[in-house]
Amino acid sequence: MWRFVLVPAAFIVLLGFFLVGLFRDPTLVPSPLINQPAPAFELPQLLEPERTLGLADLATGEPVLLNVWATWCVGCRQEHGLLVDLARRGEIPIYGLNWKDDNEAAIHWLQRLGDPYVSTAVDADGRVAIDWGVYGAPETFLLDGQGIIRYKHIGPLTEDIWQREFRPRIAALQQGRS
Amino acid sequence: MIPELGQVALILALLLAMVQTVAPLWGSFTGSRVLMGLAKPAVTGQLVFAIVAFGALTYAFVTHDFSVAFVAGHSNSELPVFYRVGAVWGGHEGSLLLWILVLAIWSVLVAAFSGHMPERFVARVLGVLGVVAVGFLSFTLFTSNPFDRLIPAPADGQDLNPILQDPALMIHPPLLYIGYVGFSVAFAFAIAALLEGRLDAAWARWTRPWTTAAWVFLTLGISLGSWWAYYELGWGGWWFWDPVENASFLPWLIGTALIHSLAVTEKRGLFRSWTLLLAITAFSLSLLGTFLVRSGILVSVHAFATDPSRGLYILVFMGIVTGAALALYAWRAPMLTSDAGFRPMSRESFVLANNILLVIATALILLGTLYPLFMDALNLGKVSVGPPYFDLAFMIPMFPLMLLMGMGMHVMWRQMSVSVLARKLRVPAVIAVIAGVTLPLVFYGSAGMLTIVGSIAAFWVMLTALIDLLPGRGPARLTSSHIGMCLAHFGLGMLILGVTFVSSYDAEADRAAVPGQPIEVAGYEFTMFGTRGVEGPNFSAIEAEVEVRLDGELVTMLYPQKRVYRVQRDPVTQTAIAAGWRRDLLVSMGEPLGEGAWSVRIQYKPLVRFIWLGTLVMAIGGLFALSDRRYRLARRRSTEPLADGRAPAPGGGS
Repeated sequence: MWRFVLVPAAFIVLLGFFLVGLFRDPTLVPSPLINQPAPAFELPQLLEPERTLGLADLATGEPVLLNVWATWCVGCRQEHGLLVDLARRGEIPIYGLNWKDDNEAAIHWLQRLGDPYVSTAVDADGRVAIDWGVYGAPETFLLDGQGIIRYKHIGPLTEDIWQREFRPRIAALQQGRS
Repeated sequence: MIPELGQVALILALLLAMVQTVAPLWGSFTGSRVLMGLAKPAVTGQLVFAIVAFGALTYAFVTHDFSVAFVAGHSNSELPVFYRVGAVWGGHEGSLLLWILVLAIWSVLVAAFSGHMPERFVARVLGVLGVVAVGFLSFTLFTSNPFDRLIPAPADGQDLNPILQDPALMIHPPLLYIGYVGFSVAFAFAIAALLEGRLDAAWARWTRPWTTAAWVFLTLGISLGSWWAYYELGWGGWWFWDPVENASFLPWLIGTALIHSLAVTEKRGLFRSWTLLLAITAFSLSLLGTFLVRSGILVSVHAFATDPSRGLYILVFMGIVTGAALALYAWRAPMLTSDAGFRPMSRESFVLANNILLVIATALILLGTLYPLFMDALNLGKVSVGPPYFDLAFMIPMFPLMLLMGMGMHVMWRQMSVSVLARKLRVPAVIAVIAGVTLPLVFYGSAGMLTIVGSIAAFWVMLTALIDLLPGRGPARLTSSHIGMCLAHFGLGMLILGVTFVSSYDAEADRAAVPGQPIEVAGYEFTMFGTRGVEGPNFSAIEAEVEVRLDGELVTMLYPQKRVYRVQRDPVTQTAIAAGWRRDLLVSMGEPLGEGAWSVRIQYKPLVRFIWLGTLVMAIGGLFALSDRRYRLARRRSTEPLADGRAPAPGGGS
């Protein structure tokens, strides 16, 4: 009667594959930009439109974050509290890239929910985001002090991801420098 | 307040589903009629609360309650009310609520139309349906609550995904879910039979209409989805072998096999354990589809929000439900086998061939769908499997299936002589070959081997399906289930015709359309005259005016649009389609090229309508089969001997 056991056995093997697959991300195609110099840009700042923010401002010698956000994105709202916390704790300077957004709404958002960014660049037509290979907001890039992208996270940041993925990398960057 | 009411209703529905699971199953083993009697009130109450919960979410959408996170994520104050109602199932959480509602409706229908079945059997069927309901209700409540609040409430919502803003959205998911979930009824019947340790002709007759009904809805749902993708996405394709499309196609294939194998079990008492396995598999594949869609384990155009905790929940649920069912099967099915044989030239063998070929097709598609997952899990790299594999893998079992289908329809149960069959099928075979060769060569010029084979297969299936419907040719008394069978097979022939011709002779061109200059595609001349701005309720669009001429005669005017929805900003292409029996013509706009010129994509799709017409005819065939008076008579007689005259043997094989 082995033939009646064959199907359940095959099913168990299948479940095993699903279990493994569940903890992998099929969309996680390693970014070709990792460990490469970040694409250059020069964009007007959100709060002071007469001044610009560019890649040179990000290469301060210290590791920095570049966070891609927009007011129309719920994931950005979700991670915003964490970003404000990180800025308040002074963990790392955070720069913003306000992506395909309405300036007024974006300023209002920062006034209401707090402004974690040292400065925010306005990428109204999304061209810089394309250069940076942005899939969708929110995305967060970790740059070392020389303007080289060291890590990239797609989707909202959480405390857990911060502790697991960002902290050790930032510590390593700081160590490597000193 | 109303969303909280929906929340409470959902919790009450869960509690009732627990009652519906535990009481009748427990009662069925202890013989307590009181406990078994609880099943029907519990299932009715569950339906009432499912309706309340669904109504509450619909109310939140209609009244723009953006404090509900799901509403804020899938609606907008400018969204027309028609789409606000459809938006209820336009996202993960709400579509689960639809799933729950559909399951409750099926369960209540089973409870209502089960008067003629033994009490203990009904209790077990409803108990199994209760398990499924508990699983989905707690999945919704614990991982995907559609009533979660968003405090503070945003001033406006993010709008429904523009490609979902289409009338087909209103009916595609419900039809698909009715089909998907409908297989849970066949599943419950199979589990109840395994628990009883007994399976007779009456069981098969009870199960058949429920399976056919689910199959009809699934057929319509898949077909509508294909049609929707065709005209809304504007890619001109009608099937993409996307993992989520496959997820709905796999239960359809197994459901089709099940319908055929149930016929043998009813008429001849054979294939019993096989039928049970198909019933378990059809529903398990529905669950698998849910898992693939909701877990984000595969990359798909349909991707819902990726969330491993949701995926893990469904995986565990699927493991429990399917795992328990298969364990029960391994334990009990050996008792249910029948050792009665059958002759090679009999309808039984043809149905067996049908089943084997459909299972092979299912296995090949399942393999292709899950292959990227297997490779990744074994660290062998990231791969994707595309249409070339699926087209070929599906075609291999389909050609013998078509050939055998035409014969199988005319083979008798038990046995038949080859010469009688040959005499009956000689004429249609000759006509099919002549028509199949002539049509492509005469109307379309040249034809490859595959085109001719496909075209012959289409005519063969259509003609053999028609024989019995001709006056004086078919059986003396045509039952509606026989008419249904003929129609469904005829529809399949139409589908093959459409698929063969559209894949052989379609033409497309990506060109720069300069105002006033004609572009020629497949003999048609397309001339763009200019563009103008158009305002919709929640979008702005640029519309082009395109004139189509054939041999100088005006065929039609087409107005493709490039839309920008005001909230979700991404531009959406609205393809203009001139539909016709013989061909569809499609024009979609690309990018502006300056000085009034636009890049356009023009497509010519011969006989493409036959694809959806064919599936519609198949579904109508299913409805005919459902209306057979045999099922109504059956309600009066509870059990009866097997059709071949042997008494049903309680507890096992004969």
